Amino acid sequence: MEFALSEEQRLLQDSVTRYLESQCTLDHVRAAVENEVTKHTEVWNGLSDMGIHGIIIPEDFGGVGLGFLEAALIAEALGRTVAPVPFIASCVMAPVAILAAGNASQKDIWLPKIASGETVFGVGVSEQVGRRETNGIQFSDGKLTGKAMFVLEGMSADMLIIADDKGVMHIVDANAKGVTRRNLKTIDKTRAVAEVVLENAAADTLSGSQNNTEALLKTIDTGRLMLAADTLGASEVMIEKAVAYAKERKQFNRVIGSFQAVKHMCAEMATELEPCRSLVWYAAHSVNHIPDESRLLACHAKAHLSEIGRFVAKTSTEVHGGMGFTDLLGLHYWFKRIGLDRQLLGAPELIREEAAVAQGW
Amino acid sequence: MDLAYSAEYDDFRSEVQQFLKEHGHKSPKGRMGWGKTDDEGRSWQQLLIEHGYAARTIPKEYGGYGAEADVLKNHIIAEEFVKAKARPGHSGDPRLVPTLLELGTEAQKKAYIGPTISGEMTWCQGYSEPGSGSDLASLSTKAVLEGDEWVINGQKIWTSGAQYADMIFCLVRTEPDAPKHQGISYLVFKMDTPGIEVRPLVTMTGEAIFNETFYTDVRVPKDQIIGARGEGWFVANATLKHERGSLGDPNQLETRFGALVKMLKSEKIDGKPLIKYPAYRDRLLQLQARVLSMKCNGMRILSASIKDQEPGLCRWIVKLLGCELNHQMAALAIDAMGELGVLYEDSPYLRDYGMWQRNYMLDLGLIIGGGTAQIQKNMIGERALGLPKEPKYKD
Repeated sequence: MEFALSEEQRLLQDSVTRYLESQCTLDHVRAAVENEVTKHTEVWNGLSDMGIHGIIIPEDFGGVGLGFLEAALIAEALGRTVAPVPFIASCVMAPVAILAAGNASQKDIWLPKIASGETVFGVGVSEQVGRRETNGIQFSDGKLTGKAMFVLEGMSADMLIIADDKGVMHIVDANAKGVTRRNLKTIDKTRAVAEVVLENAAADTLSGSQNNTEALLKTIDTGRLMLAADTLGASEVMIEKAVAYAKERKQFNRVIGSFQAVKHMCAEMATELEPCRSLVWYAAHSVNHIPDESRLLACHAKAHLSEIGRFVAKTSTEVHGGMGFTDLLGLHYWFKRIGLDRQLLGAPELIREEAAVAQGW
Repeated sequence: MDLAYSAEYDDFRSEVQQFLKEHGHKSPKGRMGWGKTDDEGRSWQQLLIEHGYAARTIPKEYGGYGAEADVLKNHIIAEEFVKAKARPGHSGDPRLVPTLLELGTEAQKKAYIGPTISGEMTWCQGYSEPGSGSDLASLSTKAVLEGDEWVINGQKIWTSGAQYADMIFCLVRTEPDAPKHQGISYLVFKMDTPGIEVRPLVTMTGEAIFNETFYTDVRVPKDQIIGARGEGWFVANATLKHERGSLGDPNQLETRFGALVKMLKSEKIDGKPLIKYPAYRDRLLQLQARVLSMKCNGMRILSASIKDQEPGLCRWIVKLLGCELNHQMAALAIDAMGELGVLYEDSPYLRDYGMWQRNYMLDLGLIIGGGTAQIQKNMIGERALGLPKEPKYKD
C-alpha cells in the first residue's frame, strides 16, 4: 500500500518543473503571448526533447507510454509556469480520443506525429458539455457542417478533433477547405480557444465513437483532469508568491505575514489546496487502475479544484495588496489561467450535476 | 501509487474478518471508547486485547498484546471494525497512555497502564482553566510541596468525564518564579481525593458533556508526578499531539456523508426527494468532493506513516478541515429538512434521533476545542509556511 509518487514520477516531476522554471520564465510567457505563439517555441520543442508530447502515447506509436498520473504531473508543472503550450488538447485529449476510438490506420498516422511534436491537435467537444452560441454540428456523407465553439488550441492546431451533435468524434484538417477559424479572446492569453466554422468540411470519423459515448466521455474526463492539475500547479505558485510577499513586505514596521489577518489568509490557502493534490493524484491514478471510479473522480477533481483555485487566486491577489492588481508583477497570469481552467469543459455547477447523475442521484 | 495490500496484510485482514464473524455479536452497542465502561464493555475489550485488536502495541508486561508497531495493521483493524459495526478496541486514554509509556517510571507504568487499557481505571484531563485556553501555558492552578505531598489549589474547565473518572492527569504550576513554560508539572491523582469538587458544565447541546472542577487543598503523594518537576509542559505536549491527530478522521467523514445521502433520499417535500432539488444537490456534491479529498489526504498520511516519514502539511490540516467539513454536512442536513431540521430532544417527528442538530452544535465545539481553528491557522502559517510569529505584547 503506497499512496505517493514513485521515485521515477518524482524525478519526472522535478526535471519538468526545473526545466520549465528556467526556460518558461514570465518574460518568455509575456513574449509568447504578445506574438500569439504557442507552438514550435523553444519551450514546446524543449518539452518535445524530454518526451512530454508522447507521455501517454504507447511506445509502439513513438510515445513513452506512461500513465495519466504522469500526465497530471506535467499539467501541474505547466500550470505552475503558466506555460503557453497546447499540452492538454494535443498531448492528452487528442491521443485519448484516437486511442479509444480510432482505427489502426488513424493511430498509425497521427499518434507518432503527436508524439514527435510534428502535428498539433486542437479539440472541440464543448458542445457535448453544454451547447451555447451554436446550432450544433451535423455530420453527413463524410462532411461536417456547423459551428464548434471554444475549441481548445483551435488556433495553433494543424489538425482538429471535433465532436458532432451525436457525440461522434472526427478528425478534421484545420487548414482544409470549408474550415474557418477565429480566435476567441479570453482573459487568459496563455492558451488559445477558437471558434471553428465548418462548411462541408471533410471529416475522418473516429468510428469507435459511433453508437458508444465511452471514448468521448474519456476524452472529456481526461481533459478535465488535466485542467484540474493545471489549476493545482497555478494555485501552488500563487500561494508560494503570497507567502514570499508576506515575508518580505513591511508595513507598520513589521512584515505583513506576522499579522494574523494576513497569516490566516496564507494558512487558509495552503490548507484548502493540500488535499486537492491527493485528490488529483488519486483521480489520475484511477484512469489507468480503477476505471470504475474515474468518471466520478475526474468530475470532482475538476469541480473542486475550480472552487479552491478561485479562492486561492482571489486570496493571493489580496495578500499582494495593490501590487497584485498590477500588470507589473504579472500575478494576473496565474489568476487568469485558473479562471480559464474553471470555465473550460464544464464549470463546477454543471460538472457536479453530471457527477450526481453518474451516481444515480 | 500502489493501493493494493501485500499478501501478509491481505491475510491479516482475513484474520480480522474471521474474528469479527465469530465474535462480532458480543460487541456492545454504540461506539463508546476509553471513557466510562460497563462489564459488557470491559469483557469485549479484554477479548480484543487477547486477540491483538486492542492495546495492540502496548507491551505484555503492562497488560497489552505486545505486537510491534504496524501502522497498516492498525488501519486494517480500524477499517474492518467500522465495516462490521463493531465497537473498536482502545489502548486506554490516548493522551495519557503514550505519555506514561514514554516518560513514566517503571512503577507508574505498572500501576496505571494495565487497569487503564482494561477499562477498570478511567481518566479525565485537567489542562484548560477559565483564564488559560489557547494560552494554556499561562495556567495558574498551583501545587506546593509540603513534606511528602503536593497541595493543589485552583480550578480546571472542560474536564470531560470528571464525574465518573477514577483518575486525573493534571497540569499545575509548581515553580511560580520560572518562565511560564518551565514552571509546570504533570501530576496524576485520584478523583476521590478530598478537596475535589466536580460541577457539570452544560453545553449548548443541552448535555453536560464537560465539567468544571475545583481543587481546594487537595493532597497528592509527592511521587505522583510524571517526568521531572517543572517539565510538565513538555510531558503534556506529547499528549496534545495525540489528541489533535484523532479529530477530523476521514472514516468518520465518510460515515456521516453516507448518512447525509440516505437522509436526502428518504426525506421529501411534496413527495419529491430532497436530493432531487438542485440547490441541495449542488451542496451535497461540493461536500462529496471535500470528503473524497480528505479520504485521499488520509491515504497519503497513512502511506507516509508506514514508511516512517513525517507527512508534513497534509497532517496539519486534518483537524481544521475535518471538523469544519463535519459541521457543514450537519448544516446541509438541517437546511434541507426545513422546519423538521430544528426539532430536538424528544419531539414528535424528530429525525435521526436529532443527531443533525446535536452534531451541528457539537462540531462547533470541536472546531473550537483541541486548538481553535484560529490557533490551527497560526500553527500552519508559522510552522508549515514559515511566516513569522506575532510580536510579543509587552505590558
